[in-house]
Amino acid sequence: MILLISSIIAITLKAGTSLVFATIGEIFTEKSGILNLGIEGIMLMSAVIAFTVSYYTGNLSAAILSAMLTGGVLSLIHAFLSITMQAQQVVSGLSITLFGTGMASFLGQTLGPETNSGYLTGLSAARLQTLTIPGLSRLPLIGPVFNQDPLTYIVLLLIPVSWFFMYKTKHGLNLRAVGENPQTADAMGINVPRIRYLYTIVGGMLAGIGGAHLSLSYTPGWTDNITGGRGWIVIALVIFSLWNPSRAIWGALLFGGINAVQFRLQASGADISSTLLNMLPYLVTIAVLVIITVWEDRKRTTGSPAALGTPYQREEK
Amino acid sequence: MTAVTKGAGNTAPELILEMRGITKSFPGVTANDKVDLELFRGEVLALLGENGAGKSSLMNVLIGLYRPDAGQIFLNGKKVHIHSPKDSMELGIGMVHQNFKLVDTMTVVENVILGEKDLKLIPNMKKAAERIRSISDHYNLKVNPDKYIGQLSVGEQQRVEILKLIYRGAEILILDEPTAVLTPQESDELCNIISQMTSEGKSAIFITHKMEEVIKFSDWVRVLKKGKLVAVKKTSDTDPSDLAKMMVGREVLFNIEKMPFTPGENVLKIIKLNASDPNGIKVLDNISVTVRKHEILGIAGVAGNGQVELTEAVTGLRTSQSGEVLINGENLTNRSPIEMIRSGVSHIPSDRVAMGIVGDMSVASNLAMKGYRNKPIVSRGILRTSLILAFARRMISAFNISTPGPQTHVKFLSGGNIQKTILAREIDACGDLLVAAYPSRGLDVGATEAVRKEIVRQRDEGRAVLLVSEDLEELISISDRIAVMYGGRIIGIVDSEGCDIEKIGLMMAGIENHQQERGSRT
Repeated sequence: MILLISSIIAITLKAGTSLVFATIGEIFTEKSGILNLGIEGIMLMSAVIAFTVSYYTGNLSAAILSAMLTGGVLSLIHAFLSITMQAQQVVSGLSITLFGTGMASFLGQTLGPETNSGYLTGLSAARLQTLTIPGLSRLPLIGPVFNQDPLTYIVLLLIPVSWFFMYKTKHGLNLRAVGENPQTADAMGINVPRIRYLYTIVGGMLAGIGGAHLSLSYTPGWTDNITGGRGWIVIALVIFSLWNPSRAIWGALLFGGINAVQFRLQASGADISSTLLNMLPYLVTIAVLVIITVWEDRKRTTGSPAALGTPYQREEK
Repeated sequence: MTAVTKGAGNTAPELILEMRGITKSFPGVTANDKVDLELFRGEVLALLGENGAGKSSLMNVLIGLYRPDAGQIFLNGKKVHIHSPKDSMELGIGMVHQNFKLVDTMTVVENVILGEKDLKLIPNMKKAAERIRSISDHYNLKVNPDKYIGQLSVGEQQRVEILKLIYRGAEILILDEPTAVLTPQESDELCNIISQMTSEGKSAIFITHKMEEVIKFSDWVRVLKKGKLVAVKKTSDTDPSDLAKMMVGREVLFNIEKMPFTPGENVLKIIKLNASDPNGIKVLDNISVTVRKHEILGIAGVAGNGQVELTEAVTGLRTSQSGEVLINGENLTNRSPIEMIRSGVSHIPSDRVAMGIVGDMSVASNLAMKGYRNKPIVSRGILRTSLILAFARRMISAFNISTPGPQTHVKFLSGGNIQKTILAREIDACGDLLVAAYPSRGLDVGATEAVRKEIVRQRDEGRAVLLVSEDLEELISISDRIAVMYGGRIIGIVDSEGCDIEKIGLMMAGIENHQQERGSRT
């Protein structure tokens, strides 16, 4: 039993890492008032780029950095459209996802070596290695927590750091004010567009790391649609976390956990359709949305940033 | 204590702020036309004027939200350039806007320190909270620094705004109609807070359109009218009726011909109507009034004294707590808008763009917005476009709406033509009662005349008209009787024929006129 739980924890963390990176990224973006629905596309593009760089150079740091760059550039496009051009953020974000999905698929068929007729599928490249922390990893039950790849450790640190940044520092205060009430933030001398650009790009870069983790560690290699809709789960996870980075872990663990349980169930040959299990996270999302809406009605202190999705334009001067 | 400080300086008060020749135009309007302003240390200056007189715009220039076209600002004798609210804050000038600049989901402390210069990477919230507490205690602001803004009442939020300015070292506080959202008690408290601040050498500019507040709060008063400074007075040398006269002024009247006043039977009868807003503030206080066929009842009053609420109660948009609204003898109290429409009430709303039209729909669709429920425009649930267009063309020519065509989006029309569109729709569907709120506000002379003529025509044809306006000239020239509202009450009703504009002005200031007959006549 203990062994079973341990292995579920191990898989959960591994499955949750990419989700938490992207979720925290999207929380930063949404806290500034920008809704980025391009996460799915960003994660796919970053995954394919990270794998390609890893395949040709074998340099994992370069692979992760290029994934961040990919996420940054794609979210810069979104930032430009939604902040400078004041476009519909939903449309802009969806375009990025549609573009990213198609482009990643195309790159997966062209960036590969000629020996594989340009395909990246079926190749193997350098992958993130497990970093075992001596002693701790031998603990019963929670041992697997200390037997993970570096990105998982980083994400575990990122959660408290993001929370502290958001709620205890000046920059977090500015960020929250911009997403809640840009008019007020502007009147208080905060540069609203600059902050929105900054955190949209930061969010995209974190989603990029999330994508890289998929193709470098979780399911090393490249397959079409490697994210399996994780970019969408992230959007739900942000709501699930009530836009608070410290709660991002619970959502990711739940969704990662459902994955892990599903693996175990399939491995044990249980007679449950995997398609049905794949549906679970989304069912949970719907349930959570209902609960949160009711909860928000009662208590008005946390939740969705008030200016989320609304472009800001200063009054006539 | 206050007396001591004020008496201590027997010297001439020190001029701290001066604005000279401020001019600011927007496309089509001159908001400020060579306006001068002087503010002395330790004193309160009231800026008095009607809506659109240019008070807020002048203050927006002062705090750097608007860039003036001409004019200079001197602070303590030195010329200053203010380009943003940040600049003005650094110079010690802060403004409490009508819409508070507060983040609901943050605490008082977070709001106060937000955007503060020299804020540390990790702000010391405890220290900030302590300072807030001590300022709060000193001025009796009763602000709890740990509460979330969303949990505070409007009055408390306003005190947070004041506290925020003091915290940042403001020496000059601008308050934009601060009492509009306050209960009388809160208003008194605000008065105490301001007098304590001025006794300590801070100064305040107080924007208002209420005469009695000028008397209560200020040392000096400057009256603005249509962007121009029309009077500067020491408050002790003036009184409400004097102020009302300066504010309303006298103008050439339009001459609109109408049939002799021969009122018919009652159409609208309101009996002891009471209503409160969500904050429990009374907006309609025991209103009793009747409007008859062939009659225009004008509602006069300074904006915000219950006039719009009265029209809402009659059109089904506001729920009253007690009293009755009868139309043609039928009790329709607190019925829905559609029921009011079906009983023949037409409504020209006060905010024509927000409530009167759908800007992104065509002129034709907007014109059909009332008739679309009825045959022949709708047949078996399907709208008949050709009939809608034909109807629109008829309305466009009958009401002289200047539009490229019936398919043009109504938002592209001028204010006057938007109003004519609304008028055409409402009048076409009108039964016996037309309710019009500020129908000519913001319109040019030609459109104003057209709107007024149309309203008079409705009266001549036998409809009852309830007309709310802040333009006394308009009320006198077209209505038959004028009811003056103040503080949610009808303070008096006068015949407009040969009425005394000064007496109406007095009543608008809340001073009851005992020589005139009170209440409604039936």
